[in-house]
Amino acid sequence: MSHAPHRDYAGAKLGMWLFLFTEMLLFGGLFILYAVYLHRYPGEFAAAGHRLDLVLGTANTVILLTSSLLAAMAVTAVQRGEGRIAVLALGGAVLCAGGFLAIKYAEWSVKFSHGIYPGSPSLVAGPPGESVFFGLYYLTTGLHGLHVLIGGVLLAVVALRVKGGRIHAGDHIWLENGALYWHLVDLVWIFIFPLYYLML
Amino acid sequence: MKQAERTRPAALGGFWGDTGKTGIGAWLLSTDHKRIGLLYFWSVLGFFLGGVVLGLVLRLELMAPGRTIMGPQAYNALFTVHGVVMIFLFIIPGIPGAFGNLIMPIQIGARDVAFPRLNLLSWWLYAAGAAIILLSLVTGGGPPDTGWTFYLPFSGRTATNVSLAVFGVFIVGFSSILTGINFVTTIHRLRAEGMSWGRLPLFVWSLYATAWVQILATPILGITLVLIIAERVLGVGLFDPGRGGDPLMYQHLFWIYSHPAVYIMVLPAMGVVSEIIPVFARKPIFGYKMIAFSSLAIAAAGSLVWGHHMFTSGMSDTAVLVFSFLTFIVAIPSAIKVFNWVSTLYRGSISLDPPMLFALSFILLFSIGGLAGLILGAAATDVHVHDTYFVVGHFHYVMFGGAGFAFFAAMHYWLPKFYGRMYARRPAVIAWALMFVGFNILYFTMKVLGMRGMPRRYYDYLPEFAGLNLASTIGSWILALGLAVMLVNLFRGLWKGEPVTGANPWGGATLEWTVPTPPPTENFAEEPVVTHGPYDFRGKGTP
Amino acid sequence: MTSDSATRRPVGYGTLVAVWAALLLLTAATVFVTRLDLGGYKVAAALAIASLKGGLVIAFFMHMRYEGWLLRGLLFLALATLALFIGITFFDVLYR
Repeated sequence: MSHAPHRDYAGAKLGMWLFLFTEMLLFGGLFILYAVYLHRYPGEFAAAGHRLDLVLGTANTVILLTSSLLAAMAVTAVQRGEGRIAVLALGGAVLCAGGFLAIKYAEWSVKFSHGIYPGSPSLVAGPPGESVFFGLYYLTTGLHGLHVLIGGVLLAVVALRVKGGRIHAGDHIWLENGALYWHLVDLVWIFIFPLYYLML
Repeated sequence: MKQAERTRPAALGGFWGDTGKTGIGAWLLSTDHKRIGLLYFWSVLGFFLGGVVLGLVLRLELMAPGRTIMGPQAYNALFTVHGVVMIFLFIIPGIPGAFGNLIMPIQIGARDVAFPRLNLLSWWLYAAGAAIILLSLVTGGGPPDTGWTFYLPFSGRTATNVSLAVFGVFIVGFSSILTGINFVTTIHRLRAEGMSWGRLPLFVWSLYATAWVQILATPILGITLVLIIAERVLGVGLFDPGRGGDPLMYQHLFWIYSHPAVYIMVLPAMGVVSEIIPVFARKPIFGYKMIAFSSLAIAAAGSLVWGHHMFTSGMSDTAVLVFSFLTFIVAIPSAIKVFNWVSTLYRGSISLDPPMLFALSFILLFSIGGLAGLILGAAATDVHVHDTYFVVGHFHYVMFGGAGFAFFAAMHYWLPKFYGRMYARRPAVIAWALMFVGFNILYFTMKVLGMRGMPRRYYDYLPEFAGLNLASTIGSWILALGLAVMLVNLFRGLWKGEPVTGANPWGGATLEWTVPTPPPTENFAEEPVVTHGPYDFRGKGTP
Repeated sequence: MTSDSATRRPVGYGTLVAVWAALLLLTAATVFVTRLDLGGYKVAAALAIASLKGGLVIAFFMHMRYEGWLLRGLLFLALATLALFIGITFFDVLYR
């Protein structure tokens, strides 16, 4: 190759947004199912939602919103050349991710111990609408949790690169795109929260 | 007469020789869109041939009523794998992966795609997904027997290796998504100076529309496949009526992707035809803007018609009406293309070289298939032919006679540019004739059989259908013979044929015909400045 | 297209914190509204507030407010596609 590597900031951002669209459609499939089954089982969805922990769900919402703030602040920090603030903010976001996953683990454990898990006898024996609700709940929050994990790792890697100086004011597309991914994770939860925890 | 040189194409220079790497790494680790395009080409062609063999074996079983060479379980597995291989490993990735990668960046005046490393990753994902699918054939409960549509609840209960196969398809889907992201970004960001949207070759327009479908529809397939695995592994019961689920919701989710998927298959094929017809008619394309617009319209409208696969499934009458109506709408932009191609031919100076023969066949065969599509799209008639061989005939006409033949057209049109050698014309024409005859015998009989009531995906059939089934099988042999002649001739030509002199053997006006044969790694010595449209043939006579 | 945007003005910390505060308020609002007896409108209300929150995240945290018409248009395209998938499915589900 005889020329410098091709750099296109706007192109990289466009590509990232296109990838985010695919994530929206991926979760969208689960939301299609939710919409249809909510229409079919309004009462049972409400009853089942009642069995989710509103406090923990709200806490997770606040945690993710805060982590989004921190990620956005990290971008601003790097753009202003304030690398240290950026690393702290990103570290905070990663901690939030960890906190979210810990709470999610706690929630699921409690549910499992009460016999509520995919294909469990109590769900099979109970009202069909509740079985569907919890099936969707586990799939959706499970897929979301996977994305929280991936996003958290991504932010941690980005944080290390900021610390090492490879991401800086003149070249921070990895940070911006990583933050965009993280915000998407937050965005999906913004819709999961009311639909699963608040429909009672 | 020069001696048939036994030199490898590397002797002809261009991107074949000037890479830093050596050996297999020069191909498997290359981020050059041309090498990746050829990686795709050889892989999809290999899987196509595998799928052809499966199809031929299927036709052997169907040659006569009752058991011919296999039992029903093997038969179910065979048509499933035939479908999975042909659809996910050949037609969906085929033209975008092979020819989109080879040609599109050059056609817009770029050095490469926007994300070359993602491009390589997309091929590796394709290869990995294909390997997983192949693995599913020989492990666990054996190859899946659900049909390529994997309908729940059966796919949740069958003992065959559904989870692994479906996981392989998931990985291939990821490959498709990355291609889509790459192409949209490339077309938006890397067009050369003067290459406005209004001067884009129609192949590029078709790839652009296709890429949007890849981006927006494939994730729905992704989640659907995850749901199948969740059903098998976790017993979630979301589509199980006994657990409150609705099996129709599986079908909705599945077809929300799989109908637009057929436009991923056919839009690039139409793009190929739009490239070839003007060149071999020596006439600018009729209605450039409408053809470009129709690509977008087909992608958009075609994404809303998925329920026409479900007319007899138990959907509401309202839905049946809505989907039938929308299906008729999507026929309109397709017809616009056919009309414009034919208008381009009118008063053109037509040369029936092999690319043109295949492109013209596309128009005819796709139209036949498309008209059958109208019969299927009208709910009242669909009720009689749903799940019969009429459907099988229809989709082979559009997917094989359409997208498949366009793939062959693209091979004959563009590969000489990249290998620097030309195939012999006469065997190619003979091959085409054999394929054309064999194809129509093979598939038109199916349409008749369907009309007469022969169901699809059945291991056996009533004796009254025997005659046409035999004819259909004989058609498959003629088609296979033609395929063999075509491929042998093509590859002998690419390897040992007459070297292509000059950059523009066909007299095309798009940018790939301005670079050397084969193109250098960088495509252009300096970034081109575009001053005319893609079908402006003034001063571009065939050398 | 715009040239390298690495020099775009950063979004101020104050703005980001204000958006975050608004998001927390809206979260509280969602919880509050769904405790009321709104019947069928509960879903609509919850989704409306969620959309507002989502809009704030997209506009300010994801910088969409400062992007060009192309990116906004494409986002609209993606969301419209999802909306159509859901909506057209309901032609079946609603009228069975």
